[in-house]
Amino acid sequence: MDVAVCVKHVPDTEAAIRIRADGHGIDESGLPFVMNYYDEHGVEEALRIKERLGGTVTLLTAGPVRAALALRSGLAMGADAAVHVEDPALEGADHLGVAKALAAAISAQHYDLILCGKLATDDNAAIVGPALAEFLGLPQATAVTKLELGDGAATVHREVEGAIEVLRVALPAVITVERSINEPRYPSLPGIMKAKRTPLTTKTLGDLGLPPGEVGMAAARVEVLDLSPPPQRRAGRILQGEPPEMVKELVRLLHEEAKVL
Amino acid sequence: MSSDIWVLAEYAGGRPRKITYELLGKASTLAQEAGGQVVALALGSGIADAAQDLAAHGAEVVRVADDPLLAQYTTDAYAAVIEPVLSVEEPFLLMIGSTAMGRDLAPRLAARLGAGIVTDCAAVEVADGAVVATRPVMTRKAIARVAFRGDGIRIAVVLPNIFAPPRPDPSRAAEVLPISVTLDPAAIRTQVLEVKAIARETLPLTEADIIVSGGRGLRGPEHFALLKELAQALGAAVGSSRPPVDSGWVPHDYEIGQTGKTVNPQLYIACGISGAPQHLAGMSGSRTIVAINKDPQAPIFSIASYGVVGDLFVVVPLLAEEVRRLRGASHG
Repeated sequence: MDVAVCVKHVPDTEAAIRIRADGHGIDESGLPFVMNYYDEHGVEEALRIKERLGGTVTLLTAGPVRAALALRSGLAMGADAAVHVEDPALEGADHLGVAKALAAAISAQHYDLILCGKLATDDNAAIVGPALAEFLGLPQATAVTKLELGDGAATVHREVEGAIEVLRVALPAVITVERSINEPRYPSLPGIMKAKRTPLTTKTLGDLGLPPGEVGMAAARVEVLDLSPPPQRRAGRILQGEPPEMVKELVRLLHEEAKVL
Repeated sequence: MSSDIWVLAEYAGGRPRKITYELLGKASTLAQEAGGQVVALALGSGIADAAQDLAAHGAEVVRVADDPLLAQYTTDAYAAVIEPVLSVEEPFLLMIGSTAMGRDLAPRLAARLGAGIVTDCAAVEVADGAVVATRPVMTRKAIARVAFRGDGIRIAVVLPNIFAPPRPDPSRAAEVLPISVTLDPAAIRTQVLEVKAIARETLPLTEADIIVSGGRGLRGPEHFALLKELAQALGAAVGSSRPPVDSGWVPHDYEIGQTGKTVNPQLYIACGISGAPQHLAGMSGSRTIVAINKDPQAPIFSIASYGVVGDLFVVVPLLAEEVRRLRGASHG
């Protein structure tokens, strides 16, 4: 079973971010970046499949030079190979452009299964997985919490509103994973050493036969105008007194002031 | 390209989800600005009666695809039915709810159509023919304004509980245009084997107006019963922060926060939740927040509309009783 896993290099969610003065993006200087943690669950799932059924695990990313570090993290966990689509024209690409670039890199080889995190924690878009499936002409399952393989198909669980949906998906397929699917391993020291020696395959859009005009800014159907800090919530009122008084006052305020009861 | 605003209706147990009404209400406002009509797109099996209800909530045209193969959502079947209709009709904007179905389908459709797509929209505005959406990013540490560019269809995937559902007007009627469905079952590459309902007495978290949520301060799974009692008095859903999920007290679908669900209820009652950034990322959009925590230094108090510093094991049952008293008085 040969598995591809798409990963993204994103700011550490624990880090404070600084929005640039002109509102165009964030200041990346000094900002710690990591592999998107939903993607870590994708890498983990791929490694478990390899341990059970044999085969290979290949990582792919489409992003700037620094994104190679996300590939190194996945190699340190135990992946076999990594492909970095890196091209200045990807700057300003929308999610469909990124999915096109990844699809071109993936279709250069045969994979039985393509895994992605259910979303990336920087832009929260959750677009690339299903768009990738479309560009590859493959079936999809999104936000999967359990994955079993057999008879040329995957049987997966998805969380939907108020229910768990059990789906059978023909392989090859693109599957995006939830964090509850597994617990990712930490990289081992030998894994880290090996990751440093594993060569990354770097491809430009030209290498993939993609005209930059079809993938980059010129083709983008959406554009981020600006970022702003979220509206600050001010601390409200701390109620005083013994619990029965506080509760009476709380219910009165919810009813009369906030009008939510 | 038309000036029409389309809404994909979503059904659960034969009834439209609340988000469908919320989107129809918003579409009515946007259609006025864009100078077009509100068109609802309904897919399902045995949904001939859908049109009247959608019309009552603002749809002027209802496109209905009724076929046994559409009884349950599958990516392949829904995309195969919707894509040709959109290609021909070229709506100005299609709004889809940010639900398990919407998040699965919308990006697939966008890729097939070469459409612009913005997900997690908390606002959508039309001005001078341009469409700009607002969405939280970076785990809610920033708000992005995103503009659609170029020609062609725009798809906005909109968060639930942002727009108020319109008051239904049963006297309204819509033009009903059936969509002819010719699906090849072999082209549907996913098969729904089972839908296991999660035993819940309440609404899904993302649709609930009121949420009662518990954290580490509950000290064990058995104490979620306290929250359920309060939730029952309020007609609320029960959620949790991450620690109870990681400790196995409640399943993952309870989790609100960066690694769980994003919710926007009218009222959010946080019980024994400290207020880590990871939790705030999923609930700080709530209109009114109540924090109940015995630690006065807990960060949750810095964003709470009302704070109760106290033992939740004392406060929560008192609150349930007081709510029942209020509800009894106003209903009795």
